[in-house]
Amino acid sequence: MTAPISNRSKARFEGYHAARWAEPVVMELSHPGRRGALFAKPESVPSVPEGARRGKAPELPEMTEHDALRHYLHLSQMTLGMMGVSLFGTCTMKYNPRIGERAVAGKGLAEVHPYQPPETLQGIMEIYANFNDFLCEVSGMDQFVFQAGGGADAAYTHACVTRAYHASRGELEQRDQIITTIQTHPCSPATANTAGFEVITLTLEENGYPSVEQLKSVVGPRTAALMVNNPDDMGIYNPDIKEWVRIVHEAGGLCFYDHANFNGVMTRLRARELGFDACMYMLHKTFGAPKGGGGPAVGAYGCSAELAPFLPSPLVVRDGDGVRLDENRPQSIGKIREFWGNAPQVVKAYAWARAMGAEGLREAADLSVLANNYMDKRLSKVAGVSRSHEHIDAWRMEMTRHSVEQVTKDTGCTVVDIANRMTDFGIDALWLSHEPWVVPEPFTPEAGELWSKEDIDYWIDVLEHVIREAYDDPEMVKTAPHKGAIHQLKGDALEDPDRWATTWRAYLRKNASKT
Amino acid sequence: MTKAHPWMANSVQGIKDEMMAALGVDNVDQLFAQIPADHLTSRPFDLPPQLASEVELARHLDDLLSKNANAADNLCFLGAGAWPHYVPAICDEVASRSEWVTSVFGSPTSDHGRNQAWFEFCAQIGALVEMDFVGLPVYSWGCAIGHAVRMASRTTGRQKVAVPAAMDPERLSVLRNYCEPAEMASHIEIVEIAVGPDGRIDRDDLAAKLDETVAALYFETPSCHGVIEADPAGLCAAATAAGAEAIVGVDPLSLGVLAAPGSYGATIAVGPTQPLGIHMNCGGGVGGFIASPDEERYAREYPTLNISITETVAEGEYGFGLTLFHQSSYGSRDKGKDWTGNSVYLWAVANAVYMSAMGPEGFREIGNLILARARHAAESIDAIDGCSVDLSRPFFKEFVVQFDAADVAKVNQALLADGIFGGKDITGEPGVVGNAALFCVTEIHTEADIERLCVALREAVQ
Repeated sequence: MTAPISNRSKARFEGYHAARWAEPVVMELSHPGRRGALFAKPESVPSVPEGARRGKAPELPEMTEHDALRHYLHLSQMTLGMMGVSLFGTCTMKYNPRIGERAVAGKGLAEVHPYQPPETLQGIMEIYANFNDFLCEVSGMDQFVFQAGGGADAAYTHACVTRAYHASRGELEQRDQIITTIQTHPCSPATANTAGFEVITLTLEENGYPSVEQLKSVVGPRTAALMVNNPDDMGIYNPDIKEWVRIVHEAGGLCFYDHANFNGVMTRLRARELGFDACMYMLHKTFGAPKGGGGPAVGAYGCSAELAPFLPSPLVVRDGDGVRLDENRPQSIGKIREFWGNAPQVVKAYAWARAMGAEGLREAADLSVLANNYMDKRLSKVAGVSRSHEHIDAWRMEMTRHSVEQVTKDTGCTVVDIANRMTDFGIDALWLSHEPWVVPEPFTPEAGELWSKEDIDYWIDVLEHVIREAYDDPEMVKTAPHKGAIHQLKGDALEDPDRWATTWRAYLRKNASKT
Repeated sequence: MTKAHPWMANSVQGIKDEMMAALGVDNVDQLFAQIPADHLTSRPFDLPPQLASEVELARHLDDLLSKNANAADNLCFLGAGAWPHYVPAICDEVASRSEWVTSVFGSPTSDHGRNQAWFEFCAQIGALVEMDFVGLPVYSWGCAIGHAVRMASRTTGRQKVAVPAAMDPERLSVLRNYCEPAEMASHIEIVEIAVGPDGRIDRDDLAAKLDETVAALYFETPSCHGVIEADPAGLCAAATAAGAEAIVGVDPLSLGVLAAPGSYGATIAVGPTQPLGIHMNCGGGVGGFIASPDEERYAREYPTLNISITETVAEGEYGFGLTLFHQSSYGSRDKGKDWTGNSVYLWAVANAVYMSAMGPEGFREIGNLILARARHAAESIDAIDGCSVDLSRPFFKEFVVQFDAADVAKVNQALLADGIFGGKDITGEPGVVGNAALFCVTEIHTEADIERLCVALREAVQ
C-alpha cells in the first residue's frame, strides 16, 4: 500500500504498520464466573438499609487478571502517539524524561496523603517551594500556585482571582468584561465566560494581531482583565504587548499572560517585566512532564504580590529552615480543585527544570525557534503548502501555521485526509488549528527542542510525499489510513442522538435490533 | 552549553550550524528579531545549577522525597477526598506504558487504542451507576459537582442549588467558585439543607426549601461523614417533583453493595475516580466523573469531551470518536458549555483496567469487606473510654469518631509517634459536634491494624 518515500533523507519508519489486534470491547471479553481480583471474606457483613442496597449486579466484564492486562496492553500498542514523530503544534511535544516517572512511582509520593501532618510532607513541600522560586525567577512573578489541574484550569484560576481582586475594591459589578483575542487559546474566553464575565474577542488585522486602536475601542470602566497569549500559534509576536498592558492597566483591568507558547520566548523575556500581573505555564508541556493523552496536568499560575492574597489555598511557603502550608489567607478564592495540585507532575517538571538549568532553557528556546524556521524554509519549497500571513517575512517564533488549501482545491484531499495518510508512515496526526479556522485547511507543526533534524526532515519528506500522492492518486489519501490499527471511521453516527453511544449500555440499547 | 544535552537532539554544534546555514543566518539571535529590544530581559537568570547528569538528579529527588513519611510505612486512616486503597499491580503496569503516558491526541485511527480505553472507562462507570451517558473525566469530584450544578442550571433555567449543610469543605469551596460570587449576573445561589443528628438530610427543611427556583438538589451517599442514605429514592423524587435535577455524589467503590444512582431516580451522578486504581499521590490522584441518562436534555449540556463507539468502513470493526465536540470550549470558545482542557485522562485508563479486573464480584466483595472492616473499627473505637462512634448510623468506609475531652490535634500527634496517621480533624466543621475526627477504613486495613490503632488511641486519649 505504501510507496517508498521519494526524496527521503533517511529511512525512519518506512514499512511501518500499526499493531492491529481487532480488540473487542472489554465487556465482550466476559465469561460468567471468571475473576480478576479476589478479596478476603469477612466473618459478618453489616446490613445496608434496604432502600440503599444494590439490586442487580453491575454489568462489568468477568475476566481473569491476565485477560484484563492483555486487553489493555493491546490497546496501548494501538496508540501511535509519540512512538514515531509527533510535531503536534501548540502542545510543545517534549521528551518526558523517565527520571521523573521513576521519582514519583515510589511510595515516597504515590502513597502520600495530602492531609498528613505537615512535618511528614516536608519533601514534597520543599519541591513545591524550590520550584516556586525557580518559576518566579523565570517569570518575574512573586508567587506561584500549582493547584490548577491543567492550563485551562489555570486560566479559570485567573478568572476567579480577577473576580476576587475587583470584589475587594468594590468594582466587580461594574467590571464584567474580559478581553481576549481570536488567536488566544479557547480556554481563556471559555473560563472567563464560566466565571461570569462577558467576553470580548479582538480580531486579527493586517500584521497578524489586533491593533492598539482595536484594543482601545473596547477597553473601559467595564474592563476586568485582558487574557492573551504571545506569540500566537502562527508564530507571530505582538510587539505592542507592553502598550496593551499599559492601556488595560490605565483602565483598571488586570493582565494575564497565557504562556502556552513559552518555548520560543523562554529566557528572553519575563512576563512581569512586560507589566503582566499574572501568567501561566503548562508543566505537562513546556516543562517536560508528560501529557498523558490529556492529563493529569498542571497549569502553574504565577502572579504579582498584589494578587497573591487572592490565590487559591493552601500555598506552600518557606518558614525558617522548613516549609509549611499557609491556609490562613482570608482573601483567598479558596479552592479551584481539591488539595494542592497534581504533585507527581510538579515533581516531574521540577526534575526537568533542574536538568535543564538556565543554559538548558536558553538552548531549548534557541533550538525550537531555529528548528521551526528550518521547517518553514523547507516547507516553503513544498508545492501546495503556504503559510499564514505570507506577506510577513519575519522569522517566526517556535511554530508557524501553514495551509494546504491549494492541495485541497486541486485534488479534493483535505488537511484531515493528509494527516490520516501521514499516520501510515508513523507520524502522529497533525495539529491543525483551534476553532475557528482563521487559515483554511490549516496545520501547525512545532518541532521544539526534542526532535532531531533527521526527524524533522523525515516528517517533511512524508508530507511532501503525501501531497504528491494527493495529485497522483487522491483516493489513496482520501481513504487513509491503510496501515493503521483500524480503518477510517464512519462519522455519521457520532452526532446522531439515536446512534451515538458513550457507554456500552447505550450501544446495546440502540443496537438491540442488530444484536 | 558545553556538552550536547541528552534531551535535545539538535544541541550538537554541527547540526545547529547546518540549520543556520540553511537559513542564511550566522547567529540564532537573528531569528528572534520579532521581539522588540525593550521587551528583552536584561536581568540574568539566577537559577540553581544545572543537574544534567541523571545520577545526580536522581539523588537530589530521592533525597527530597525521602523527607516525606508515607502511608505504606505508616498506618493511614485519612480519607476525605483521597483514600488509601489497594492499587492492583496491573493498573500501574498499564498506566505507565509510554504509548499513552506521552501521547497528545492523535486521530481516532492513529490513537485508536487509547480512545477505546477511554470509552471503556465511560462504559464501565455507566455500568456501575446504571446510566447511559458518561463523559470523559474532569479534574476532581468537586469539579464534577460544579459542572453538574451548572448543567442543572442550564437544563432548568434556575439559579439555585440545594446542598447538605454538612458537606466536605474542599468540595464545597470548589463548588462555590463554580457558582460565582453574588455580584455576577449568572451567580448560582447555594442553599444549605439542614443535616440531622443521624447524619442525613432533614426532610422537613428540604421540603421547605425545594421550590420552583431550585435547579438541583445535590447530596452524597455515602455522605462526607460516611453515612449511607437509607432512602436516596425519596430524596431524588422530592427534587424532581419540584422540577429540579437530582444530582447524587457516590463513591464508585461502594457500588457493588450500594444501589446505583440510576436505579433510584438520580438524574445526574458524579463521584471520585481515585478509588478505582489510582494512588493518592498527595492529592494528585484525584479525578471526577459525570453521568446521566442518554437524553439530549443532558447530553447537550456536557462540558466534557465525550467519546462514542461507532463503526469504521470495514465490516464489523469498531472505532471510537468524539461526539458533541462542537458544544465544548474547543468547539465554541466562550459560547461553549463551561470549559474543558487537559484533565485526568491517563487515570481514566487505569480506572478502566481496575474496573475490568474487579468485575461485578470484585466490587461486591470489596464493598462487603470495607463495610465489615469499617464497622469493626468503629465498634472497637467506640469501646474505648473517651471515644465514641454513633453506631446507629449505617456507614461505608468513613465514620466520625467523637472525643469526650481529648483534643484531636493532640491525639493525632500521639498517634503519629506510633506510626499512625489518625483521622482528619473535623472539629468545628458543619454537622460536627464537639471534638471529632473522620476515620477512613478500607480493604487495606487488617484486623491487626485496627487493633494497633485502638491500642494507640487508648493511650492517646488518657
